[in-house]
Amino acid sequence: MTLSRRDFMTVTGCAVAFSGLAALPAHASLVDEQIKAFTGGAEIGQGGIELDAPEIAENGNTVPINVSAPGAASIMLLASGNPVPSVATFNFGPLSGARAGSTRIRLIKTQDVVAIAKMEDGTFKMTQATVKVTIGGCGG
Amino acid sequence: MAKGVKPRVKVPKSASAGETITLKTLISHKMESGQRKDSDGNVIPRSIINRFTCDFDGQNVIDVTMEPAISTNPYFQFEAVVPSAGEFKFTWYDDDGSVYEKSKKIAVA
Repeated sequence: MTLSRRDFMTVTGCAVAFSGLAALPAHASLVDEQIKAFTGGAEIGQGGIELDAPEIAENGNTVPINVSAPGAASIMLLASGNPVPSVATFNFGPLSGARAGSTRIRLIKTQDVVAIAKMEDGTFKMTQATVKVTIGGCGG
Repeated sequence: MAKGVKPRVKVPKSASAGETITLKTLISHKMESGQRKDSDGNVIPRSIINRFTCDFDGQNVIDVTMEPAISTNPYFQFEAVVPSAGEFKFTWYDDDGSVYEKSKKIAVA
């Protein structure tokens, strides 16, 4: 069988595209695992939680993040594209005012930041925001 | 103990009873992530503050679990209810076992 150049490109192109796809779930599962560990496999609703993150972060070493979820018992932050996705978990005590917190985080590249709130009634809420990173954090 | 660690907190001097106030904290710490390599290609070991708590007269306000993705010189801003005059106690826990503490009194006007 003779293989024309065009055929060859199609075949290898597909192979590359496919291997690229196969690599994605491998990383996404890290985030899924974290979410599962936090929620215990419970269903996650939308709304009732707000995540403020800059659209474009010039410096990935300090990206200001503000998260708030009225009625939350704890909020977990995840950076889906970091080598270690977990960022922080805020646990609110009895004297907490608004169920909100601000901090500064590291992002290695452009990615989605995910926030999941565990409400006081045991339900879970999730939201996410995409942050474009010009210069990545985490060193390297 | 990591060198040059200095906790700083901003608490209003007074508040009315039951008021919700905003607290800001900053602690100077290099927060070595454990992902970086030195010029010889050796991984620099992780050295971060892994937990931060704030209490008011023994009652918890916030308890944050921190991972290496928190920036150098960790900064937190959050809100607390002031039931009466008392003292806020801020505590940071380092990977190496050190504990950094700072207290601030607040009066009820």
